[in-house]
Amino acid sequence: MAETRGLKVPGRGYRLFRSKGWNVFVDGLWHNNPIFGMILGLCSALAVTNLMLNAFVMSLSVTVVIVVNSLIISSIKGLIPERVRMIAYMLIISSLVITVDMVLKIFLPDVSRALGPYVALIITNCIVMGRAEAFAINNPVRHSVLDALGVGMGYGFSLMVLSLMREWSGFGTLFGLRALPEAVTPAALMSIPPGAFFALGTYILVVTAVRNRRKGR
Amino acid sequence: MIQLLLLLFASIVTSNIALTFFLGMCPFVTLSKNVRVAFGMGMAVTFVMTVTAIANYLLNTRVLIPWGLEHLQFLVFIVTIAALVQAIEMFLDRYSPALYAAFGIFLPLITVNCAILGVSLFVMLRVYDLRQTVVFGLGSGIGWLVAIIAIGGLRKKLIFCDAPESFTPPGITAILAGIMALAFIGFTGMAGP
Repeated sequence: MAETRGLKVPGRGYRLFRSKGWNVFVDGLWHNNPIFGMILGLCSALAVTNLMLNAFVMSLSVTVVIVVNSLIISSIKGLIPERVRMIAYMLIISSLVITVDMVLKIFLPDVSRALGPYVALIITNCIVMGRAEAFAINNPVRHSVLDALGVGMGYGFSLMVLSLMREWSGFGTLFGLRALPEAVTPAALMSIPPGAFFALGTYILVVTAVRNRRKGR
Repeated sequence: MIQLLLLLFASIVTSNIALTFFLGMCPFVTLSKNVRVAFGMGMAVTFVMTVTAIANYLLNTRVLIPWGLEHLQFLVFIVTIAALVQAIEMFLDRYSPALYAAFGIFLPLITVNCAILGVSLFVMLRVYDLRQTVVFGLGSGIGWLVAIIAIGGLRKKLIFCDAPESFTPPGITAILAGIMALAFIGFTGMAGP
């Protein structure tokens, strides 16, 4: 199977899109999307989405932590005694988050300051531990990494949509560049905390409506 | 003294940990169906938050900073929280079965509650002293309790509303929380910044 993946199989579409790995990835991206599928990791989704740059750095950090954590957990799954596995996850995640935090402090000091405690709070982000417990612990390394990547990118996608709504309407900018005419007064409400709730609520309601319609068909 | 009172007021209302810093959102959305459950969880959070904020403050200022181990802060904080929660659970189980029955089931959930870790991190980032730490920990806990009870009450009313099919929790809970956050922030200016 492995050597034919990605090649066009006559009359049956790309083999890539029918492989197990691809399905695992798409599941993470859409069906198990952390924000609207599983309702996990809401703290950071609400807190960092006032600016797109912050949201982007945050999703990148979370994705790196999930992927590396799933990679480590699924590689050493035979070595972790079942009773202390939570502690093991916790220690691995904390070490990864400390690393990410240091990297951000060195290369992006401004963003790191803006994100404040929310980088450290990736430790208690249920998505990371959720993927380790629900998937990586009893699946092969290859699929675990794809699953983690899918969930991480699903999280990133949701964050980008939320921050797009909030930065555009709250500041009139996108990634710090002007995106609304000067004459339009931005709705400052969207850049303060209540705006985060309104954006998230609208986003979840729209996605739920789309899903219900697709289910009904 | 007045400064401490202002800090208490700010941490309960204007900088409410759930509604302006979005900490502890997962139980906030999932456990707020029922006011009783919300109250139990809120009490457990308040208690654990105060205890862990003090413990982590002492560890940070007395051990980590003098020994130059600041890079281990996150690791030490989360391990302290996990250990303290376990200890509190065992203590309650042994000495106060009534309290254990009331909020014992919530304690394991609290270890991974970001509000608890968040308060310890805020104490570190904002360089509070011991008295401020106690007040901030307690105030944040009470603020979280008030917020989750309020949203629990609101969601109870929601049952009798004939909303469109897609307007189900958790989406509608987020909108409700937004309106509540607006009300809480409305107190800004009453007591300093």
